[in-house]
Amino acid sequence: MVEALKITNLHKSFKTGFFFKRRKILKGITLTVDKGDIFGYLGPNGAGKTTTIKCIMGLIFPETGEIRILGQPYLSLKAKEHIGFLPENPYFYDYLTAAEFLRFYSQLFQLRREERDKRIEGLIKLVDLEKFADLQLRKFSRGMLQRIGLAQALLNEPELVMLDEPLGGLDPIGRKEIRDIIVRLREEGKTVFLSSHILQDIEMICDRVAIIVNGEIVNAGRLSDLISEKVFYTEVIVSGIDAEKLENLGDSMDSQGEKIFLKVYDDAKLESILQLVESHKGHIHSLIPRTETLEDIFVGVVKRQ
Amino acid sequence: MKIRAIALNTFKEAIRDRILYLVFFFAAVCLILSRLLALLTVGDQLKIITDVGLASISLFGTLMAILIGTGLVYKEIDKKTIFTLLSKPIHRYQFLLGKFFGLLLTLLVMVLLMTVIFLAMLFLHAIRVEWSLFIVICLIFIELALITSVAILFSTFSTPILSSVFTLAFYLIGHFSWGLETLMTKMPPGFSKTLAQIFYILLPDLENFNFKTETVHHLPIPSEVIGLSVLYGILYTALVLGVAMLIFRKRDFV
Repeated sequence: MVEALKITNLHKSFKTGFFFKRRKILKGITLTVDKGDIFGYLGPNGAGKTTTIKCIMGLIFPETGEIRILGQPYLSLKAKEHIGFLPENPYFYDYLTAAEFLRFYSQLFQLRREERDKRIEGLIKLVDLEKFADLQLRKFSRGMLQRIGLAQALLNEPELVMLDEPLGGLDPIGRKEIRDIIVRLREEGKTVFLSSHILQDIEMICDRVAIIVNGEIVNAGRLSDLISEKVFYTEVIVSGIDAEKLENLGDSMDSQGEKIFLKVYDDAKLESILQLVESHKGHIHSLIPRTETLEDIFVGVVKRQ
Repeated sequence: MKIRAIALNTFKEAIRDRILYLVFFFAAVCLILSRLLALLTVGDQLKIITDVGLASISLFGTLMAILIGTGLVYKEIDKKTIFTLLSKPIHRYQFLLGKFFGLLLTLLVMVLLMTVIFLAMLFLHAIRVEWSLFIVICLIFIELALITSVAILFSTFSTPILSSVFTLAFYLIGHFSWGLETLMTKMPPGFSKTLAQIFYILLPDLENFNFKTETVHHLPIPSEVIGLSVLYGILYTALVLGVAMLIFRKRDFV
């Protein structure tokens, strides 16, 4: 099967200052995005996420390396016909209304007029901007710009959607809406490549991730393979028991009124707590096993670098 | 189709930025200046109005070509609107051509409106309007197209202020380079004459498009001279746009 995106040994550096000093931004990026996946591209600020995406979109030219989009050379119009792109902090022609803006961009694809109008209408509905279709973009809020940006990226019904920090600067509701749209895109069989440093969002929706630090991919794979199922400790909240009786069974004891908070590292001790609660007719309010998260992996990897 | 879409959007931008208000300013300047100069001059009032009117069309057009042209590409890069535009299936040269034709359309509308005002003023003084006026205005427009292409060329790699200075320099050099031609005729053959010739070929000669004096004084303009001027303008514009495309093709948008 042809990969949605295949990058091999990508190098890019920028000139700094007047002399011929160059700063390396990408140091041999190699990654593959399979069709139908939501691919998360993670990294701290300045790691090279946006530079990679700009290379893929043909906005900057890498020194070496190969990029293929759906099997096509990335600069070919054929590749661009099937790709949608939302840049970071998108900004559009602010003198156009939302509908005018989408109409303008839709003219850059080989589409019949009726088809164009149908798609524009559908997309405005999808990103929930029906009420604002005739408002100039200069009056749009950050979240609305992000949404119209997503709409323009989907105009050509792309097979591969590239999103650079699509959830940045949005409120929780806005983030959820965009997340829902991304998941829906996967359901429609599209491939989504998204860069972010908001790990919770990535963890929620991505199938595969790659972590980039200082211009190098330091970890990549299926999210389920990266995150181990091992339980670090269990958080327990109980009530109806004397605190002294629990002293040796868990760490960092804390109490709030009747409730006692415990961090338990040992399964045997957990068992004892449960028995204790049962014999004293107490209550268990919550019992949460804490497993490894993407954040643990991310912080570990970045620190190591 | 794609170039047309970009051109129309560029035109729309100019209109929504209220560029056309400049036309009213043009009308006011024209009226006041031609009245004033007519008062100060002994002789044919119509000549003064024609001269001032044509010079104003040329000046206002040039100002617009420089001011808008130098910002056209820069603004797209600065505001990052170019990121999404170039991610669509278009070539970079199509983007540049779209911008060029968009501004040309804006200039065309401007020149047409100014011409209407100018003709109205002429009509107030004389019933007869000479056809040669239209030819002169057409040549002014071709000069504007050339200046626009130069403004776009500079704006592909420079800031608007620097580009404006460069384009203005191009305009001024272009209007004085005929001096080189005169110089060449007076020079003995040799190294310096060849050098002057090379310079004359490389530098633009915008006086090729200037037939204001001939019109004002009712001098004949041979049609082959007009033809050559038009050809010169088109070829020079194409050449400058070609260079702009070459520079733009490999540019990184950081």
